[in-house]
Amino acid sequence: MPVVIVDGKEIEVRAGERLNAIEVAARAGVQIPHYCWHPGLSVVASCRMCLIEMGTRDPQTGNVVMLPKLVPACNTLVRDGMVIVTNTEKVARARAMVEEDLLLRHPIDCPICDKAGECRLQDYHFQYGQGERRADIRPITSRKRDIGDLFLFVDRCIMCSRCVRFTREISGTSELMIVNRGTHEEIDVLPDVPLHNKLSGNVVDLCPVGALADKDFLYRQRVWYLRRKASVCGLCATGCSIWIEENQDRVHRIKPRENMFVNKWWICNDGRYGYPFIHHPSRIRGVVRRTTSGQAAIGWTDALREIEEKVRTAARPAMCLSPFLTNEEAYLAARWMRNMHPDSVIALGPVPREGEDERFPGGFVISAEKCPNRLGVEAIAYGLGNGVLGWSDFLEEVAAGRIDRVIVLAGYIKPWLDESQAETVRKANWVALADLFPSPLSGKVDLLLGMATYAEHEGSYVNRSHRLQWLQRAVRPPLGSRCVGMVFWELSGRTGVYQPRMVLAELAAELPYFSAAAGEIPDVGVDLRVNQLAPSTAETQASTA
Amino acid sequence: MESFEPVLLANIQRPDSHTLAVYEATGGYQTLRRALRELSPAQVVDEVRRSGLRGRGGAGFPTGLKWSFLPADHPGPIYLCVNADESEPGTFCNRVLMELDPHQVLEGTILSAYATRATTAYIYLRYEYPLAYRRLQAAIDEAYAAGYLGRNILGSGFSLDVYIHRGAGAYICGEETGLIESIEGKRAWPRSKPPFPAVEGLFRKPTVVNNVETLACVKHIIERGADWFRSIGVPPSPDDPRDPGSFGPKLFCISGHVNKPGCYEAPLGISCRELIEKFGGGVWKGRRAKAVVPGGLSTGVLSVDELDVPMDFVGPVQKGCLGLGTGGVIVMDETYPMIEFLHNSCRFFAHESCGQCTPCREGTSWALQIVRRIKAGRGRLVDLDLLLEIADNIGIIPGTTICGLADGAAWPIKTAIRKFREELEDYIKRTNPTGYKTRRPVPALDNGSPSHKESPVSFQG
Repeated sequence: MPVVIVDGKEIEVRAGERLNAIEVAARAGVQIPHYCWHPGLSVVASCRMCLIEMGTRDPQTGNVVMLPKLVPACNTLVRDGMVIVTNTEKVARARAMVEEDLLLRHPIDCPICDKAGECRLQDYHFQYGQGERRADIRPITSRKRDIGDLFLFVDRCIMCSRCVRFTREISGTSELMIVNRGTHEEIDVLPDVPLHNKLSGNVVDLCPVGALADKDFLYRQRVWYLRRKASVCGLCATGCSIWIEENQDRVHRIKPRENMFVNKWWICNDGRYGYPFIHHPSRIRGVVRRTTSGQAAIGWTDALREIEEKVRTAARPAMCLSPFLTNEEAYLAARWMRNMHPDSVIALGPVPREGEDERFPGGFVISAEKCPNRLGVEAIAYGLGNGVLGWSDFLEEVAAGRIDRVIVLAGYIKPWLDESQAETVRKANWVALADLFPSPLSGKVDLLLGMATYAEHEGSYVNRSHRLQWLQRAVRPPLGSRCVGMVFWELSGRTGVYQPRMVLAELAAELPYFSAAAGEIPDVGVDLRVNQLAPSTAETQASTA
Repeated sequence: MESFEPVLLANIQRPDSHTLAVYEATGGYQTLRRALRELSPAQVVDEVRRSGLRGRGGAGFPTGLKWSFLPADHPGPIYLCVNADESEPGTFCNRVLMELDPHQVLEGTILSAYATRATTAYIYLRYEYPLAYRRLQAAIDEAYAAGYLGRNILGSGFSLDVYIHRGAGAYICGEETGLIESIEGKRAWPRSKPPFPAVEGLFRKPTVVNNVETLACVKHIIERGADWFRSIGVPPSPDDPRDPGSFGPKLFCISGHVNKPGCYEAPLGISCRELIEKFGGGVWKGRRAKAVVPGGLSTGVLSVDELDVPMDFVGPVQKGCLGLGTGGVIVMDETYPMIEFLHNSCRFFAHESCGQCTPCREGTSWALQIVRRIKAGRGRLVDLDLLLEIADNIGIIPGTTICGLADGAAWPIKTAIRKFREELEDYIKRTNPTGYKTRRPVPALDNGSPSHKESPVSFQG
């Protein structure tokens, strides 16, 4: 196995593994500072912050011969016997000089810059910079330019070109370019061709300084006030890994979370900027019961009692599960329904689709299916027994009067049914609806329950590639609303706090499709097809025979 | 020196020297005809390698060795790029060759393409040479018509197409990978090496990049033989095992404060003083020289007592300069203030830095900022040390950047301060006697963009 020596420490690298010196040093616990290098983009080796000393150890004699010049770590692919030294005076001097160079023209406007607190220039300056400014102090300005989806603070740019490479290599839209030469260089767009694509928000994350600013987040919060929770985007079937960043129960920013199996380092703008619905004033809150004189708010205890009684006494009740539910919610609800009434029907809600899948040159896909968990909910519905109906079949059954009581678990973000469909559902003599926003149905139901969004509860989703990922709760739901899982946890007679992890373990034990989720769920999720792809004993025997 | 017979410039005095008829009348293309008939590509490479020809573009890399880096079994295509982006201040020898003897350049190009098995050659020509463009294009058209270019040249089975690619004007386009990027239609940002162009160059194919003068030399090496070429110049130094010697004739461009500025051919190893006195007609107005740039601005500066240095690939290095460079000799007379030299060189490199690497992009303009302040009478003695430190950090081989521009920017600063420190200190003391950094606004930082209001300092004094 190839061995690389990083600051005297031997690090083994798998044969055939293509790593640069930054990545290998990270394995040795050594941080090599860098600006222009990003694992998802091509290597340009232009910022020169990652300069290191490099040499080779003779395998026979053990003698080390070092190169006379410093080399960029990002552009140095490691090989057996390579010696990397990152802690010499020469390296420290080069880093300090690069820091000093970058700050010659960079406005020191950290008090107003959105990046303060997560700015690499700031961080590296304290770690590697010079203690004294030797350049002439010049008036500091900060020119802001609207370049489309984002703002560009021209003077803050350190010309790492990450954003330019992103638009060329990942989004494939090439709106950004570098104009002029030398210190006059600037990032810019052509007139009338602004930066406008569905992945444009990623360049803000890529920017190591505060040059590219998010119009949505600009001057909204100081980043050190934000708390971040690892979660999964609930707005399409790609199921990107995200960080939800909140302060005082308000989501302020959604950021991509690295997951090489799903979204690499990116998320789309739909997911990034789609969160305001969480705090929308028209959200359904609490529980409302229809009365002869209109609607009246009731408590959850009464609501649960009514649900239980109506289903128990029904001739043929039905439950409609939407693809926005988590696996745990769908499982608890469907299991309770089956237990309560053996003749109950499980139905699937409509699956929202918009156009076709959008594929980008860098491999990123925005799914046309605008729900996060169709596969998971379907697997649970079919796995738990008889009589699963599609949405149109369900409507037919209700219209024909073969279903008398209905619970619809919706959670849709956009309009999902029209007036006539709502009228059809209403033909059941008792309807309960859990949803996020008012719909043609919500004014007609007997019981209206406010539910939680993907940021407000724990659970798991299965994305379009059968990868199960775990959501952490980032904020609390609006006052009075509850997550569906909590409702059916209580209805199932389970005591204590709702524990989705326990429910998932149960689900994994009961349905083979979920068996891979039985243990700990890693940050990058787990592929539910693992067990299905493994050949069975019979298949193995057949192939060897 | 007495017996030296110019070969590269032998024809330029003839009327219509740029036409095919005149070139053929002086034996032009006979070498190509013979080589295609009698020599294999490997034999041409071997002859060039034996001659000890080193690239005339500035770096002085052995040409035959460079050709031998091409993969032997590559199915092709292989490209030959002719570097005609002559942008080093004080250098214009390629221009003379292209304007006055373009067929000589073409014959060398065809021979080199034959040796390297290249089937397409791009002449990367700086846009500021319109006459060279017209004459080269006319020569290419004539060569196609006469069967020296195109398919099955002179019935040999060897085919070559030559195209002129005009650059938009940037110093960095003359760097071999910057040139390749520019031909590919991209911003001329040098590539990080490895891979070297011989392995992965133009359009990701093996590529050789050679200077115009280098290719012109190839023609004469094949015509007269490697031994003839080695008989001119300076043999390897016995004290320096890394010195392969400096052989052959070299074009020197003499400019600045001399009586007869121009492009002259001389054997490598001629002394700088002899060049100035014999070819340049001596320093003008009866003055003495103060400083001389030996081979283009990036090589640094020689002081007057260093003028006996031999102008070969080693001589200027021994005097603390970068090397022979392009052979662009710029003479400064005794009245010329060195702060102007420092300012001009900093301004040039700050303007020409491509902006890719941080130390070069920021360092060159920082140096200019300091020099501009000194020139404006607000300098401090410590500024000179800071300038030296900046120079050390941006360049001074081995540099910290992707290409050699930063090295080139560092050398004039380093040599000027080291060799003329007393004069510079005197200037600072005279113009800012208190030594304080005044609170007056610093002159606007400018690296020579078109909006620059300050009039450039002229060598006319």
